[in-house]
Amino acid sequence: MTSTKYDPRILKTQHPVPGAPDNWKRFFTFNTDAKVIGIQYMCLALIFLLIGGLLAMVMRGELITPPADLVDPSVYNGLYTMHGTIMLFLFLFPVLNGFNNLLIPTMIGAPDMAFPKLNAAAFWLVPVFAIVLLASFFVPGGPASSGWWSYPPVSIQNPLGHFINGQFLWILAVALSGVSSIMGAVNFVTTIIRMRAPGMGYFRMPVFIWTAWAAQTLQLIGLPALTGGAIMLLFDLSFGTSFFLPEGGGDPVLYQHFFWFYSHPAVYVMVLPVFGIFSEVITVYSRKPLFGYKFVALASFIITFLGLIVWVHHMFYSGTPQWMRNLFMVTTMLIAVPTGVKVFAWLGTLWGGKIRLSTPMLFVLGGLINFIFGGITGVMLGTAPIDIHVGNTYFVVAHFHYIIFNTIGFGIFAGIYHWFPKFTGRMYYEGLGKVHFVLTFIGATLNWLPLHWAGLLGMPRRVASYDPEFAIWNVIASIGAFMLGVASIPFILNIVSSWVRGPKAPANPWNAIGLEWLLPSPPPAENFEDDVPTVISEPYGYGLGKPLVEDQNFYVRRSMEA
Amino acid sequence: MTTTNTDLPLNHQPGHIKHDGHNLTGFIIFLCSESIIFLAFFIGFALLKTTAPEWLPEGVEGLETRMPLINTIVLVSSSFVAYFAERYLHQKNLWGFRALWLLTMAMGAYFVYGQYIEWSELEFGLSSGVFGGTFFLLTGFHGLHVITGILLMALMLLRSFRANNYDKGDMGVTSVSLFWHFVDVIWIILYLLIYVWQRTT
Repeated sequence: MTSTKYDPRILKTQHPVPGAPDNWKRFFTFNTDAKVIGIQYMCLALIFLLIGGLLAMVMRGELITPPADLVDPSVYNGLYTMHGTIMLFLFLFPVLNGFNNLLIPTMIGAPDMAFPKLNAAAFWLVPVFAIVLLASFFVPGGPASSGWWSYPPVSIQNPLGHFINGQFLWILAVALSGVSSIMGAVNFVTTIIRMRAPGMGYFRMPVFIWTAWAAQTLQLIGLPALTGGAIMLLFDLSFGTSFFLPEGGGDPVLYQHFFWFYSHPAVYVMVLPVFGIFSEVITVYSRKPLFGYKFVALASFIITFLGLIVWVHHMFYSGTPQWMRNLFMVTTMLIAVPTGVKVFAWLGTLWGGKIRLSTPMLFVLGGLINFIFGGITGVMLGTAPIDIHVGNTYFVVAHFHYIIFNTIGFGIFAGIYHWFPKFTGRMYYEGLGKVHFVLTFIGATLNWLPLHWAGLLGMPRRVASYDPEFAIWNVIASIGAFMLGVASIPFILNIVSSWVRGPKAPANPWNAIGLEWLLPSPPPAENFEDDVPTVISEPYGYGLGKPLVEDQNFYVRRSMEA
Repeated sequence: MTTTNTDLPLNHQPGHIKHDGHNLTGFIIFLCSESIIFLAFFIGFALLKTTAPEWLPEGVEGLETRMPLINTIVLVSSSFVAYFAERYLHQKNLWGFRALWLLTMAMGAYFVYGQYIEWSELEFGLSSGVFGGTFFLLTGFHGLHVITGILLMALMLLRSFRANNYDKGDMGVTSVSLFWHFVDVIWIILYLLIYVWQRTT
């Protein structure tokens, strides 16, 4: 009924799309083009990776010697709280939303998101809550200092009595981040359900789309619970209620349930799209179809489901009853099954493939090794007796950094390199990329591998000073951390210089199969415009010689002519 | 990027994907998500109510139920009025729609007013232990949704006077009406939890 009115051709003539090529100013405006928003998300997130990383290096500088000599212990509390919060809410979620924005419409053949304005609004909320969060460094009493999980009763202490304090701003920023993420999630899920190209049934979607869908479903289910808990925490902190205060009949453990009901699945929100990136990259650089595609796709939603019923494993030492410990121990172990399915599918794809070790593949292989290691320590920590023994030690810190940075971070770098030519239209420098990988892999391993030993020996987390017996592990870790800082130099150099004056990228530099590679580099504002291809075969048909879409040659020729 | 029709091979039909028509899908997804926040509050309320050593603050006997019951009846029946308003719209009876839609808004406003009267007569406040905190949190958060619903309905009412407003269908009205039913269902659960289930000790 409205097809003529909303025909993209007419749209273009009536309202010129602001994302005209070679106009860098569009990245600083309220632009509704998903590809512009995607790049906005990514660049902002990478700036916050540097800020969060800087805080981490101050902490590692402090921990290189046993006494608290570089920064005051109370400052240290603020540092780890803000490091965690910035890395999660201002680096990881935005950078993955950047991938969602760039890849979802192009991979499914949609012209844009289902709700472009909502999409832009969700992005512009990020700088708003970033300012709110960073402002907390300048309020009396300093930033929030109760850790990124903000457990009461510690988080509802307000010794200076100011209404606007670090914790207040922290809760406000997290709530705004939640609003932004929900806006994003509604958009992504609607787009995936409603705007796929003709012929793209659910089992013809690339795995990245499956994983993004599964991850955003988790956001929709989990995030409101955290928001509910945060609202109650804010009332306890600022308006005199006692939801989490035992004196007024409240229950501090209730907050932990709210918090972890979201924040455990939040790990899957971050890791699932990275599993998608792994699947995309491994197939391209081993020139083989994805082993067990349907199982990999479905495993995403099994992880979503199981991810929602494991949160109490973060609370084994919070006075939870034994039946609860047993129940959640079993569900936690079950997560290893769908994840194992994925790992074996990737190994099966690699097996006998024509492997090409370019930068994205190196990051994926490094990330995969780290993921297997982090996954094993994860199963260890899911066991109640081990968890109670090593809970709140550096073993936990080492484990989750193996997942958050050494897996998710590696996957993000792989994704950035892999799709860099597609969305910037320029090739990156392979040599610098490899330097980046080598420095990152060695730095990350030196940083977090030794901390497992420190943790097993009993070094507690979140302390500015420690017993000299742990000194050796911390010295190695700090060297690794500084190396990671150095690793950002070739990365920034590579991205900036390639984008400015790198060689022009062809439409399909990696000979990859997928709708996004049938578009010119960079794709035009409306992607396939009014000529969306019809998908006729399963994704990842490497070496099978079957075309992905009807009239493939037409699209290939068109993408090369641009 | 620029293609002329002469490039098109014969076996290839140009096609595109619609930009619009996804509002209802998006809104339903949003409502599912929004219901989780209430679910979290309800579960928190039930846990606190069953485990708190002392539930009622000193000097409070319990909650008066007559006035809230009238409020409940008004709000629940407003959902049916909204349904009939929507039916009128489908039958292209614009004035019938506007009248019933306005009635729905009036009933919602009466509910908010009744809630305000109840709040002002209570002898406990937000900081009266978990009893006071949860009471004001739940009723207040729900009240915000009722007010949002009334504002959205006002917007739809104004837009109904715009020419050709329903050329693209009446998804806005359908979504708001869905929101209103949602707010209603939440209130029924809330009423059962807070007013019907009384814990006296």
